[in-house]
Amino acid sequence: MKILVPVKRVIDYNVKVRVKSDQSDVDLTNAKMSMNPFCEIAVEEAVRLKEKGVATEIIAVTVGPKACQEQIRNAMALGADRGIHVECESFPESLQVAKLLAKLVELEQPGLVIIGKQAIDSDNNQTGQMLAALTGMPQGTFASEVVVEGEHALVTREVDGGLQTLKLTLPAVVSTDLRLNEPRYAKLPDIMKAKRKPLDVKTADELGVDLTPRVTTLKVTPPPTREAGIKVNSVEELLSKLRDEAKVI
Amino acid sequence: MAVLVYAEHNNHQLKSETHKLVNAATKMGDTVHVLVAGANCAGVAAQASEIAGVAAVLVADNAVYEHQLAENTAELVHSLAGDYSHIIAAATTTGKNFMPRVAALLDVVQLSDVIAVESADTFVRPIYAGNAIATVQSSDPVKVITVRASAFDAAATGNSAPVSIVDAVFENKMSAFVREEVTKSDRPELTAANIIISGGRGMQDGEHFAMLERIADKLGAAVGASRAAVDAGFVPNDMQVGQTGKIVAPQLYIAVGISGAIQHLAGMKDSKVIVAINKDPEAAIFQVADYGLVADLFEALPEIEAGL
Ligand SMILES: Cc1cc2nc3c(=O)[nH]c(=O)nc-3n(C[C@H](O)[C@H](O)[C@H](O)COP(=O)(O)OP(=O)(O)OC[C@H]3O[C@@H](n4cnc5c(N)ncnc54)[C@H](O)[C@@H]3O)c2cc1C
Ligand SMILES: Nc1ncnc2c1ncn2[C@@H]1O[C@H](COP(=O)(O)O)[C@@H](O)[C@H]1O
Repeated sequence: MKILVPVKRVIDYNVKVRVKSDQSDVDLTNAKMSMNPFCEIAVEEAVRLKEKGVATEIIAVTVGPKACQEQIRNAMALGADRGIHVECESFPESLQVAKLLAKLVELEQPGLVIIGKQAIDSDNNQTGQMLAALTGMPQGTFASEVVVEGEHALVTREVDGGLQTLKLTLPAVVSTDLRLNEPRYAKLPDIMKAKRKPLDVKTADELGVDLTPRVTTLKVTPPPTREAGIKVNSVEELLSKLRDEAKVI
Repeated sequence: MAVLVYAEHNNHQLKSETHKLVNAATKMGDTVHVLVAGANCAGVAAQASEIAGVAAVLVADNAVYEHQLAENTAELVHSLAGDYSHIIAAATTTGKNFMPRVAALLDVVQLSDVIAVESADTFVRPIYAGNAIATVQSSDPVKVITVRASAFDAAATGNSAPVSIVDAVFENKMSAFVREEVTKSDRPELTAANIIISGGRGMQDGEHFAMLERIADKLGAAVGASRAAVDAGFVPNDMQVGQTGKIVAPQLYIAVGISGAIQHLAGMKDSKVIVAINKDPEAAIFQVADYGLVADLFEALPEIEAGL
C-alpha cells in the first residue's frame, strides 16, 4: 500500500508573526520556516506504518513556491521514499490544494492519505476533508490513533466530548491530531540520503487545476492588545480584586 | 437571502453554540433556517424553534445521522444547499469535520472560524494562532462558513418557528461508527462556562487536578488544560484549550501553572478577565493577565479554595 502525505511549508510554530504596516499581509521576511507540525505527525505515522509492514511506499507532496522543496527533503529525511512538488508562485487556497491532491490521488492510487488537521498559518482545518469529498473517500479527522487491519482502518478521533472511533474502508483520508505520535528527528545520514531521493516537479496546469482565488484578503491587522494588568501580592488580594473590582466571582 | 444554520446538539440537548450562530446568521441574511440532523432528535428541533429570529426549523431525524458522520451529513446539507446564500456551522469538532466536505461538494471555499460579519460577503477571521486578523471577501455564490461561537452573543428565545421534516436519507458504506468514550462531568462545558480554571504542566500530575476541580465546583466553573497537561496524560484531550483545542472566552479565565505559549493564548486571550498563577515571574502568561499572582500553585490553590 502506498501512503500519500501532503506537507506544507509554514512559519515555524515558535515564531510570533507580525503584521505589515500597510495591512496587506503578515510579514514573513526572514522568518524561520518549517514543516507544519501536524504534517510532521503525518509523516511520522506513515513511516511507522511502513516500519510495521503495512505500507510499502511513502510519497510526500507539497504545493507552493520553490522553497517548499526544503520541506519535501525534510519529509524524505524522516522516511518518505519520494516527493512530488506542485510548483506555483504562491500558496493556493485549500480548495485548490485539495483539487491538486485529488489529481495526484488519481495518478498514484494510495491506500491512505495522511494529512495534517490544520496548517498553523491559515488555521483552515479543511484541506483533508475537501480531498476526501472530491475523491469520494471516507475520512477520519483529528486522529489520535490509527490501526490498519486489512481493507479497513480503525481511526480514533479527538472530538469535543472525548474520543470517537470510526471504521473506514480503504482508501481513506486521515487527518492528524497532536496525540497521534511524537515525531522523530532526522538523523544526519538520512538528511544526506534524502538529497538523492526522487523528487518530481509538476504544475497546476499539467494537473488541470485552475488556481484562480475565490477569496480576496482586504486587510490583515494585528489583534486587539490587552491592557497590561497588575501583579497581586497574595491570594487574599486576588480574591478581593475579583470580587470588588472585576466583579466576576 | 436565506441562511442555513447547522444546529450543534447531542440528539438530546441543543447546544448554546446554536443560539450564537443564529445571531451571527442574522448579520448575513434576512431569513434564518436551522437544520437539526440527528437521530431521535425531535426534542432538539423543538428547542431550536424557540430561538428568536429563526423562521423555520428543518429536522432530518434518522439513524444514519445519529453520530453525524461527515460523509452522510455533508451529503444531506449539500442536498439542501440550493435554497441558501450562506450555510454556517459552529467551529466545533462536528462543524470542522463535515463542513469542508459541503464546501468541496459545492465547489466553493470554506471560511473557517469566522469571528465577525462585515457584510453578506465579507468576514473577519483570525489567522496565525490569532496573531493576525484577516478581513476576507468571498466571491463564491454560496458562503460556507464555520463560526467561532464564542465571538457572538446568543440570540434570545421565545419564538415558536414551524418545524418541517426532511426525508432525505444519505448513508455511506465506507465509514461506520464503532464506539465513543464520552468524558463525563457534572461541570459546565468549557465552551459554555462563565468561569474556567485551567491547569498546565505545572500541575505535575493528574491527581493534582482535584485541587482545580474543588475550586471549580465552588465557582460553578469548567476545568481546562494546556496541551502539555493533556500530552502528559494528566487529563483527557477534550480539556485542551488553545489554537488547536477549544477556543474559549469566559468572563473569568484562571491559568494555573501554564507558561502562556502563543498556541495556548490563542484559545483564551479573548476572555474578559484573566488571572495567572505561576511561580515564574517572567512567564509569558503574565503579559495577558489582568491579575497575576507569582506563587507556588501548591500553596496558592488551597488558599483560594479556603477563601471562596
Ligand atoms: C502545532 C501545535 C499546536 C499546539 N496547540 C496547543 C493548544 O491548542 N493548546 C496549548 O495549550 N498548547 C498548544 N501547543 C503547545 C504549546 O506550544 C506549549 O508547549 C504548551 O501550551 C505548554 O503548556 P504549559 O504552559 O502547561 O507547559 P510549560 O510551558 O512547561 O509551562 C509550565 C508552567 O508552569 C509553571 N510552574 C511549574 N511548577 C509550578 C508551581 N509549582 N507553581 C506555579 N507555577 C508552576 C512554570 O513556571 C511554567 O511557566 C501547541 C504546539 C504546537 C506545536
Ligand atoms: N500548500 C500545501 N501543500 C501541501 N499540503 C498542504 C498545503 N496546504 C494544506 N496542506 C495539507 O493540508 C493540511 C491542512 O491544511 P489547512 O486545511 O490549510 O489547515 C496541512 O497540514 C497539509 O497537510
